[in-house]
Amino acid sequence: MTATGISFRQVSHTYRPPRGGAVLALENVSLEVREREFLALLGPSGCGKSTLLYLLGGFLPVETGKITVGGELVTGPGPDRGIVFQNFALYPWKTVRQNILYGLEKQRLPRPERERRTQELIELVHLKGFENSFPAQLSGGMKQRVAIARTLAIDPAILLMDEPFGALDAQTRALMHEELLAIIRRAPKTVVFVTHDVREAVYLADRVAVMSARPGRIKEIVDTSFGGRRGAEIASTPEFAEKVDHLWSLVRNEAIRAQEQRE
Amino acid sequence: MIVMKTLLIRYSPLLLLAAAWEVAPRLGIIDPETLPPLSAVARAWFRLLRDGDLAVNGLSSLQNLAVGLALGIVIGVVLGISMAWYRPVEVLINPLVRVLYPLPRSALIPVMILWFGLGAASKIAAVFLGCLLPVVIGAYNGARGVEQVLVWSALAAGAKRRQVLWDVVLPAAMPEILAGIRNALALSFILLIAAELLISQHGMGYLISSFGEGGAYDAMFAGVFTVSAVGFLADRAYLLLMGWALRWRG
Repeated sequence: MTATGISFRQVSHTYRPPRGGAVLALENVSLEVREREFLALLGPSGCGKSTLLYLLGGFLPVETGKITVGGELVTGPGPDRGIVFQNFALYPWKTVRQNILYGLEKQRLPRPERERRTQELIELVHLKGFENSFPAQLSGGMKQRVAIARTLAIDPAILLMDEPFGALDAQTRALMHEELLAIIRRAPKTVVFVTHDVREAVYLADRVAVMSARPGRIKEIVDTSFGGRRGAEIASTPEFAEKVDHLWSLVRNEAIRAQEQRE
Repeated sequence: MIVMKTLLIRYSPLLLLAAAWEVAPRLGIIDPETLPPLSAVARAWFRLLRDGDLAVNGLSSLQNLAVGLALGIVIGVVLGISMAWYRPVEVLINPLVRVLYPLPRSALIPVMILWFGLGAASKIAAVFLGCLLPVVIGAYNGARGVEQVLVWSALAAGAKRRQVLWDVVLPAAMPEILAGIRNALALSFILLIAAELLISQHGMGYLISSFGEGGAYDAMFAGVFTVSAVGFLADRAYLLLMGWALRWRG
């Protein structure tokens, strides 16, 4: 098992849109994510939390500061960091099965092994019977389960999730939370989970890093581990409500500032 | 029964046209010399079929069409995707595409004959040049519109940058590429027949022009009819193929 601790050291990022001036998206972000920790990045929209995730994924170049994974500098995307996007990002021309198989093919696994793993994952995310459906034929929740299965297929040590349940209705989202926790309980991973939903962050994460409105900085890190308990075990406890209140008070001002920036 | 009825309704204008075509020359409303009745055209068509004129010239035309179109598709897709993916290629090629696009393609036919002679090569070149731009533009627009996250997903799965072109960019651009090819298919018929009408010793265009010059108008119309029918059927068949290839769009 390779080390999967993640470290951001004074990372800044400037976004240069094709038109208009440069925007400082992230400023001096320093953050440690421990091995096998579930860390939520919480902040208002436009605060740069997704950008931080894309930098960690290696999709955007790190121009200022340093990001390391297991002590190694991040220089590009890699199969050690699997990512799940908000809008699923499935290949629409591939069936459910082919979508999940893709990463395994790139990892050059032998064919019987690929088939076996794909079948396992289809069962894990409850998509049996839909193997040969195309994404356009699936509901939002099913699409996101395919996306999760596709990412889990290559068994990344680190799971990056960019508001993965943001596009789902409330009930589907609640079910997906349970499934995600069950999956991680079975195969522990380091998870970095971007969200703007306070409850979701407290429900799922060990720690929540609150980000400020643009330029994004880490404002505060709140422990939400509840002694290792998570999900439904804690959702109705007074401690849970307290954490949600506290985090909401932190995020609220930033959300107002973010709104003012947009106007 | 219902299918028969809808077909009847859809094609009834054609039936009316066919009836008018038969009746008007017979009643002398139109000079039968300039428009022979449909039955005479049909007889001429069967004669051409029996004598092998249709097979020989049709095959010759289809061969040149297929080669020109295939070259146009392959080179067009490669150029279009390269333009979208490699900045220097775009800087070099895009202005040419923009300048050449409005040019009437048939104006190039005499140039092709000058460069490639009177034989098949000039016909293939004319078809190729006509087909190239719609395919280039389709592939370019399609490849430019590929969602960033699809490319990132492939990179995160361990794909190399060049594999991403084949695995993601090409299939994602496929709807626009196939639409470009449909335009190219229609253009290929126009250009081939125009080139053959101008000068040639084989092909449907040659057949039409030689009957026209020889005053055998029934046979000339039979040739025109054959080209239209093949063009129509090719487009229908292509639409079916396109629907199958894009069945994932739901």
